[in-house]
Order: sequence, then C-alpha cells, then structure tokens
Amino acid sequence: MASAPAAAPDSGEEGRTGPERVRAVLRSVVPPGPPPGPTRPEFWRSPLRGPWLTAVFGLVLLVGVTVLFVTGLLSYAAYNPDLARTNDQTPDKGWLGFALFSWPTSPYWLYRLTQGVHVVLGVVLVPVLLAKLWSVIPKLFEWPPVRSVSHGVERLSLLLLVGGAGFEFVTGILNVQLHYIFPGSFYVLHFYGAWVFIGAFVVHVATRLPRALRAVRAGPVQPQAGTEEAAGLVPPRPAPPTVSRRGALGLVGLGSLALLVVTAGQSVGGWWRRTALLAPHGRDPGSGPNGFQINKTAASVGIRPSDVGPAWRLTVRAPGRQVVLTRGELLAMEQHEAALPIACVEGWSTPDQLWSGVRLTDLAALVGRGTDTPQALVESVQRGGSFSSVVLRDNQVRDPRSLLAVRVNGAVLSPDHGYPARVIVPGAPGVHNTKWVTRLTFGEPA
Amino acid sequence: MSGTTAFRRRYGASPLHLLLVLASFALAAYAGVRLLEGDTLGVALWFVGAALLHDLVLLPLYSVTDRAAQLLFRGRTGAGEGPPGPSVNYVRVPGFVSGLLLLVWWPLILSRVGHYTAATGLPADGFLERWLLITAALFAASAAVFLVRGWHATGPRRRAERRRRRARRATR
Repeated sequence: MASAPAAAPDSGEEGRTGPERVRAVLRSVVPPGPPPGPTRPEFWRSPLRGPWLTAVFGLVLLVGVTVLFVTGLLSYAAYNPDLARTNDQTPDKGWLGFALFSWPTSPYWLYRLTQGVHVVLGVVLVPVLLAKLWSVIPKLFEWPPVRSVSHGVERLSLLLLVGGAGFEFVTGILNVQLHYIFPGSFYVLHFYGAWVFIGAFVVHVATRLPRALRAVRAGPVQPQAGTEEAAGLVPPRPAPPTVSRRGALGLVGLGSLALLVVTAGQSVGGWWRRTALLAPHGRDPGSGPNGFQINKTAASVGIRPSDVGPAWRLTVRAPGRQVVLTRGELLAMEQHEAALPIACVEGWSTPDQLWSGVRLTDLAALVGRGTDTPQALVESVQRGGSFSSVVLRDNQVRDPRSLLAVRVNGAVLSPDHGYPARVIVPGAPGVHNTKWVTRLTFGEPA
Repeated sequence: MSGTTAFRRRYGASPLHLLLVLASFALAAYAGVRLLEGDTLGVALWFVGAALLHDLVLLPLYSVTDRAAQLLFRGRTGAGEGPPGPSVNYVRVPGFVSGLLLLVWWPLILSRVGHYTAATGLPADGFLERWLLITAALFAASAAVFLVRGWHATGPRRRAERRRRRARRATR
C-alpha cells in the first residue's frame, strides 16, 4: 500500500493532468448518472429478478452445458475424423482434435445414448437459457458500460459466452430440422463454435460459481437493491408481483417438460415415437420390416434403378487383390445376424433392427485379410454428399456384429435402406452405416 | 502483497482473473479463426446476432406482450382497492409454453424445410396442425383450472346462499 502513488485531492486547477481536465469538462457538460432508459436500475420492474433466481438457472446450465459439451466431443470422436480425410469434416482442427480416441463398438447402443442425450438435452435447456438471459438483462445495460479494465475484459468474454451459446443452440436446433440456412457446414460451425464458447464458459463459471452457490444457500429472499449481494439484479422499484419466484421457476420447468414430451420420443422409438409430436422423426415412414426411420432416401441422393439393378456388383479389394461379386454370390456366402440400431447425429434413432448379411471379416478373407483385418474404405454408389464414402477403423471392421447387410427384419432391404447391400456397425453414427455399398477396400490407402 | 493490491486497483480484479480471461481469449481466437474461415462475414453476423437475439429481439417482444396481458387482467379499480382481477397467469402459462414450442420447432411448424419429405420419407404436413392442437389443449387446460378454482373460491358463498334459501322455505 505504501508504494502506491499518493492521491492529491487538494491539488489546484493548475495541478491537473490532461485526462483529469477532460473528465472535469465532461462532468460539467454531461449530468452524472446513467441516461434515462434501460441503463437506469429503476427501468427494470420485475420483482422476480435477483441473485437466487439467476443462480438457480445458472447452476442448471452449468450441469446441462457440461453434459452437452462432453456428449458433443464424444459425437465428434465417434466419426473417427483422425482416421482418414474422408471421415474428417474439420481437417483444420489442429490441437482441437486432442480428445479423439478409437470409437468403440461396445456397448452397441453407445452413440444412440450419447447423441440422444445431446439433442434432447439441448432442446430441453432452451427455456432455461432464455430465462437465465432474461434474469440478467439489467446487466447488459449497466452504467457506466465499462467500470474498469477487468470489467471491460469480462464484458468482452460475455459476448463470447452469450454469442457462443446462442450460436450453438441455433445451429443445432436448425440442423436437426434439416433447415440448413446457417452460413457453412454444420459440423464445422457447431464444432469450432463450441470451442469459442467453452473458454468463456469456464471463465464465467470460475468467476461466478462462488457467488451463485452463496445465493442459492441464502434462498429466495431478496437482498436489498444496490447492495453487494444484489449483484445489480434486484430492482430498486419493483412492480407488484404477479407470480412468485418459485412459480417462475416452475414455469420454466414446465416449458422444459413440454419440450421433452414433444421431442424425446424420436430418440426412444417404438410406441414412444408417436409422443414426439413436433420432432422431425416423430412418425414412422411406413410399416413392415423396412418401415423404420430413413436418414436420406434413395431418390434424395441420386440413386438410379440402374445403379442397384442386376448390373450391380460388389468389388472387394486389398493391395494387390480384387474380387468382384454379384448379389447372388454375396447371398451364397455365410449369412450372420445382428440386432443393431440406427442412431443419427440429429438425435433420433431406431430401436434394434435385426440385420442379416455377410460379416465384414468374411469379405476381407476373400482378399486375404481375414485375420488381423485392417481398416476399410466403404464406398457407396450415391452421387455426392459428405458421407458417400467412409473409412471404418479396424476395431469396427473386426467386430463380428459388423455386417454388409442384405436383409433386415426378415425382408430384403428396401431401396431407401440401402438395397442391394449396406454396412451396419455397432455403435457407429448413422452415416457411417453406408447404404448402396459398391466397393470395400481393406488396408491403408495406397 | 502490496504489489497485488496495486494491480487489483489498476486492473479491477486479481491477476488470476486476467490470466484466465487471456487463456480463454487465446483459445477462442484459435477456434475462431477456423470458425470464420469460409463465409467470414456470415458467421460473424450469426455469432453476434445470436448474442443479441434474445436481449434485443425476443425480450422486448415478449415483455410488451406480457405487459399487454397484465393490463387486460388487472383489477378494475386498480391495486389495493376492490377485488383483485383474475391472475394473468391463466393466459401467461399456456402462452409461454405454446410460444416456446414454436420458437424451437418453427422450421417444421411453418413448413420452411422444402426437402424434408424427400430426405426422410416422412410427410411434411401436420406439424402446424399438431402445434395448434397442443396450443388449444394448453389454453383449454388453463380454462379448466380457472373454472375449478373459481368454483372452489365461491363455494362458501354458494353454500351460505343455499342455507338461507332452505331456512326461508322452512319458516314459510
């Protein structure tokens, strides 16, 4: 304290430095205090706003957003983007790919669970996020706009926090409805957006968590406006209440519940699907063995009847070896069964379907790679699209449940489910179960 | 110690705060460069727009709507005098839930996704109808609660009225 420069309150007019003189002039021209409008604390009348309500919303988001971030990273890893350029939507990821690992095939419902949670939770948290933003709106207009260097830096961080949160929720919610109006590839925007957001999120939690815990412990009693505990949230001139603070919490909870009810069924399937009244995959496309959910129909990715007619062939390759099979020859091979779901990055999924077809390891054996089977490049006859070909990792190819399926639930595959043959791999994201397969290449690309 | 205090006075928070914020900014810049590659202006507009969407668009909209609803439901003689008006929450609660469903699922409800059926093989119609029916059910449920509560609230008065009538008949 002794080393700090002494203040000079008694220095005369001539003793003032440049900035001080400017400030003195400004004071004489601009009246002190905030200008009329939202910058004045009296502008905000709701008697509900206060540290307790904000803290409760904040703590819910702390848990929820953490789960969203972790399940999001898991989904990113599930695509095995480090395996091959074909799999990688974000080749410039650099160090942001540090959390990648070999995506397992067991439990076979892993991606169905993690991605279902990611999307359903994201939708359910919308009212909590909105309520949180509502509860802190006086802070957006606080006066003066910047109090100190740290305050200015923190407000910049809040732009990343709120902008990042909004960006992630909006791109995610639009993508699951196939409404691709955002400016770029969903994978790129949603992945890098998450990393822009998460740093600001950590800073916000680190600086606010102690205060939030104190406020929750103190309970819903409002502190005096303008005090330290009020945190700039408590209105100095509150309007008469029309709902209690617990009632407001209940209202937000009801909103979350309503969204859960009209959404979650598409990730559960079976009878529950019909409860997903507003979700994009809340109905079944048909009945019978092939009546389950379709990601992209044959027509939408340019499959022509001639591509999958009698002239269709399956080429199986390894370095120096190649075998070409007709559909009849494929059916003549030993057929195996596996009950596996389709789980999409968009959060919807199907219950287990009973697939039957040829094991990928058996196909690898045709070209001499039946033991220690390496990774495989799977190519579809579909024209264009990000996932017309994909590389499966060796652990996926070697799993005895990984099939080149020709039948499902006892019937021949329908055109929309990949006739004449499709890949089905336990635990893999839906688009890695390539449909209308025409070529399998085992081993590292030459 | 005194050094830290001087820093705190100049900066406004602890050195740890500054270090943490700088680390987060560096990470945001690392990811942000990649995020902005391609349609830089478009992504920047979407990011800043997402930050302001609630505070400067949604909040004024729903606040004004809510204020209008409160005016509608306020007791006739104002606060403190006479019987209070019916609670605004009877319209606020179903309105909030219905609006929230529309806010999240508007591309499907308003049929903005042209290729929906082509991609999924599912019918694109029915979303608007289902949202309207859910909205109808929400307001109807609120009306039912209103009626039941009103019935209960006026119960003692009705019972007293009945007793009076019976007493009058008995004395005649």
